[in-house]
Amino acid sequence: MLQIRCPWCGPREEQEFHYGGEAHVHCPGSDVDDAGWARFLFYRSNPAGAFAERWSHVAGCRRWFHVVRDTMTSEIRGSYLTTERPEDAR
Amino acid sequence: MKRLPTGGMLDRTKALSFFWNGQALTAYPGDTLASALLANGIAVVGPSVSLKRPRGVMSAGPEEAHAFAQIGEGGATEPLARATSVEVFDGLVARGLSTKGVVQDGVDPSRPDRRTGHCDVLVIGGGPTGLVAAATAAAAGARVILADQRADLGGALRGDVDLIDGDSAAAWILAIEAALEANPDVRILRRTTAAVALDQNGMMLVERRQSPRLWQVRARQIVLATGSLERPIVFQDNDRPGIMLAAAVRRYLHQFALVPERTVVFTTNDDGYRTAIDLVEAGQSVAAVIDPRPAPNGTLAERARALGITIIGGSAVAGTEADSRGLLTAVRVAPIGGGEARRIECDVLAVSGGFDPALDLHHQRRGGTAWDDGLAAFVPTEPAKGYHVAGAAAGSFGLADCLRAGQGAGRAAALAAGFSSAETPAPSAPDIPAQAPASVEQIPALDQDESRSFVDLHRDATVAGVNRAMGAGIRSVEHLKRYTLIGTGVEQGRTSKVNAGMLAARYQDGAIGTSSARPPVEPIAYSVLAGRARGDLFEPVRTTPIHPAHVAAGAVFENAGQWKRPRYYPGSGESMADAVNRECRAARLGAAMMDASTLGKIDVQGPDAAEFLERLYINKIANLKPGRARYSACCRLDGILFDDGVIMRLAEDRFFVTTSTSHAGPVMEWMEEWLQTEWPDLRVWLTSITEQWATIALVGPLARAVLAAAETDLDLAAAAFPFMTVRSGKVAGMAAQVARVSFSGELAFEVSVPGYHGDALWNALMAAGASHGIAPYGLEALSLLRAEKGFIIVGQDTDASTTPADAGLGWMMTKERDFIGKRSLRRQAMAAPGRPRLVGFLPADPGTVVPEGAQLVADPAQAKPMTMLGYVTSSFWSPTLGRSFGLAMVKGGQERQGQTLYAPLGSDSVPVTIVEPVFYDREGARRDG
Repeated sequence: MLQIRCPWCGPREEQEFHYGGEAHVHCPGSDVDDAGWARFLFYRSNPAGAFAERWSHVAGCRRWFHVVRDTMTSEIRGSYLTTERPEDAR
Repeated sequence: MKRLPTGGMLDRTKALSFFWNGQALTAYPGDTLASALLANGIAVVGPSVSLKRPRGVMSAGPEEAHAFAQIGEGGATEPLARATSVEVFDGLVARGLSTKGVVQDGVDPSRPDRRTGHCDVLVIGGGPTGLVAAATAAAAGARVILADQRADLGGALRGDVDLIDGDSAAAWILAIEAALEANPDVRILRRTTAAVALDQNGMMLVERRQSPRLWQVRARQIVLATGSLERPIVFQDNDRPGIMLAAAVRRYLHQFALVPERTVVFTTNDDGYRTAIDLVEAGQSVAAVIDPRPAPNGTLAERARALGITIIGGSAVAGTEADSRGLLTAVRVAPIGGGEARRIECDVLAVSGGFDPALDLHHQRRGGTAWDDGLAAFVPTEPAKGYHVAGAAAGSFGLADCLRAGQGAGRAAALAAGFSSAETPAPSAPDIPAQAPASVEQIPALDQDESRSFVDLHRDATVAGVNRAMGAGIRSVEHLKRYTLIGTGVEQGRTSKVNAGMLAARYQDGAIGTSSARPPVEPIAYSVLAGRARGDLFEPVRTTPIHPAHVAAGAVFENAGQWKRPRYYPGSGESMADAVNRECRAARLGAAMMDASTLGKIDVQGPDAAEFLERLYINKIANLKPGRARYSACCRLDGILFDDGVIMRLAEDRFFVTTSTSHAGPVMEWMEEWLQTEWPDLRVWLTSITEQWATIALVGPLARAVLAAAETDLDLAAAAFPFMTVRSGKVAGMAAQVARVSFSGELAFEVSVPGYHGDALWNALMAAGASHGIAPYGLEALSLLRAEKGFIIVGQDTDASTTPADAGLGWMMTKERDFIGKRSLRRQAMAAPGRPRLVGFLPADPGTVVPEGAQLVADPAQAKPMTMLGYVTSSFWSPTLGRSFGLAMVKGGQERQGQTLYAPLGSDSVPVTIVEPVFYDREGARRDG
């Protein structure tokens, strides 16, 4: 069970959150070709190590935010706002 | 073994009575089931699992590989409890097992709890290392939790005679325990096994109580002071009752006042000598100490020699003898490397093959281990993050070393958690220099028969089995484990897997491997994991404000997610079919009402609310005028139909969005996701108001008359209050929002009032409708009525591949602008011909109701597996149509109108005709009443 720091509410248990997959996935816009759209829709990176991902504090403030988590150890390096960059994680 | 008249850590002032295999026996408070059995002269606990050899108690702790018992009687018994861990209480009922427990069907009457704990330093293990670590961390100001699996703190000290700070170890334990107890920032958990090491320094622990307690602790730092486990030695017939681990024999002497008649010690290391010394000092008879090392000359060996104990160096126990009951009577001792074997009589053989650090939790966190040649054991290398491994768990087996290591770990953990303390001297104990241990993987059988040289007593696995596995080409210890079952028992090979690794190493250049340890360290009963979440407390139950009225009306309920919803309201003597048909007739011919409060409701407000919903929903929203409502649907980003519902515009900047019951939460989350993550510039605010409103759907040609009778200030005439509009007014004296929407095709009003008025509104409408024969209806009738109109239920008539067009909602999609999912719907596959499409069907026999989920095929005589064209999503017998009908998703459905397909059902196949998915009032003439 992870403990995740919500930027608004502070550290809370994982069960208060929902996972939202990879963060910073750029939507290519609807004029992209089928292959490009499929790549956006279905392909996500799966790194061994630091991974920027989205979480929502559904059982708390309902805010979405980002987390940098190490996929090898589940260690959380920090959280940051959706308007920030992974290097802002704290 | 027999019990001495005095001594031990037992309360001899009162006797406990317990039952073993139906026989009444006595014990003292402080006894374990194992010590009580030994005190009562019961040496055989049960036959071994496959060879059925008599087996007894081999240890005095949780590593016990054989003495298992089923605890309790009646419907709920604990299977496979270790006799060495079970504390005897008055009235205990236990049965011996052959290492297989019996799972019973009964309900566990215990009421397990779940607790959460937080601390700066969590110390696992209350032996000398753990006690000092806890005391040191607490002295630095850290909040400490100390957990130990035994009933008493002290760990190995309880089974030994030691001096700490010049005083007896027992006195030292009392003093440090009292100091810890007195500290309000220290919590001691006794009888508590740390079972699962979780991410981020989480730990799941099980506290054994009358009603067990599952602890979920999160610690800043964790000290593993889990000690070590003594390793047995593999030789022929090494499994007989009477053969025990050497430290266990000491523990039975010191803690339980149990002594053998005549003991032989077989040890590869100095520690085994302590057993011989302690027994002789207690006035007991030790026939000899057998030591494979050619010249045993450690401090303890010299002390034993001084006591007159016979030491046979350079030799090993190569076999044993037993009486007719299988009990040990003698050992055969042979020189290492060959020579004449001699026979020594004894009833107990105390064995020590060295010590293995207990590293289950370290392994769980993927901490590394390496073989240490000097210790002849696996020791931890790098600890996991936030972990400190100390004392015997780290390979420091001497007491003085453990005390120092405990202090070091306690200080380091406290410092890492933000607490520093002054250096103080560690408690001191005499340093006893030890001679290097011998590394012995096996004593060869004198007659070369290795099929009775046991590696894993629990699994009856032998050296012959290991040799067979290696001969078959196995090299990895993980494969060896699975081939031989060594280490697959509930004790996870604590006393067997290192020996197995050493035996396997003979086949691969001496490289010793070890197999992984998985959580939990000890089995956890499902009832403990479930805790209070059983029966009524399994999941939260949601009821609407009108629920009491449904109960009073005798409704049969159905679970819709967490909601309790009326399924139907049986009258006296009515079957479900009778009730549903009556409810449907009331809705089609008179008046009926249902509690629609569970529908999801979201209040969408803000200057950009219309723009926001336009981007989310597939139809036009912006041109909806205040006071009007529109049936709408939305897709996921991949173009798959997500939900449908009615959107009402209450004002320019305010929408009342309804969702299906099951999607209320997901749609709300989905809206928040897009608003926050993609369009934070939109000025929109979302509020879930599902539970703030109670909603009743008043349905049927007489609905208008009923609503009028209930008294309302709204003009209900069709011209003044047309279909798909929403009005605010008073109904039965209550402030209400009334919408003319219909999920049945009949004239309908959806009346919403603040939740706390729901019951009053229900009763008012029931009273107003009494003279019109109004009937409440449930989910069955609801589903039938909407299916007659071809209205879909997302998730029932659609699946995870259904687009709006597939579901017959293609007409709804706006061409003018983009919406979530639109780009995906342009992908080739989403527009491919022959996609499944919603259709209606009529069985050839109007009396046959095809079960939902039935597959549809073109030719029922074709060979299996048949080519399936689709499946039935909704199927009913309709009292209005006087026949059966249904909805289905069928490939190329539009082109199949009028075709006959077949539903193969076992030996039967039911012909059905494909039709348009609207069966009733195709023109929509009835919606105005």
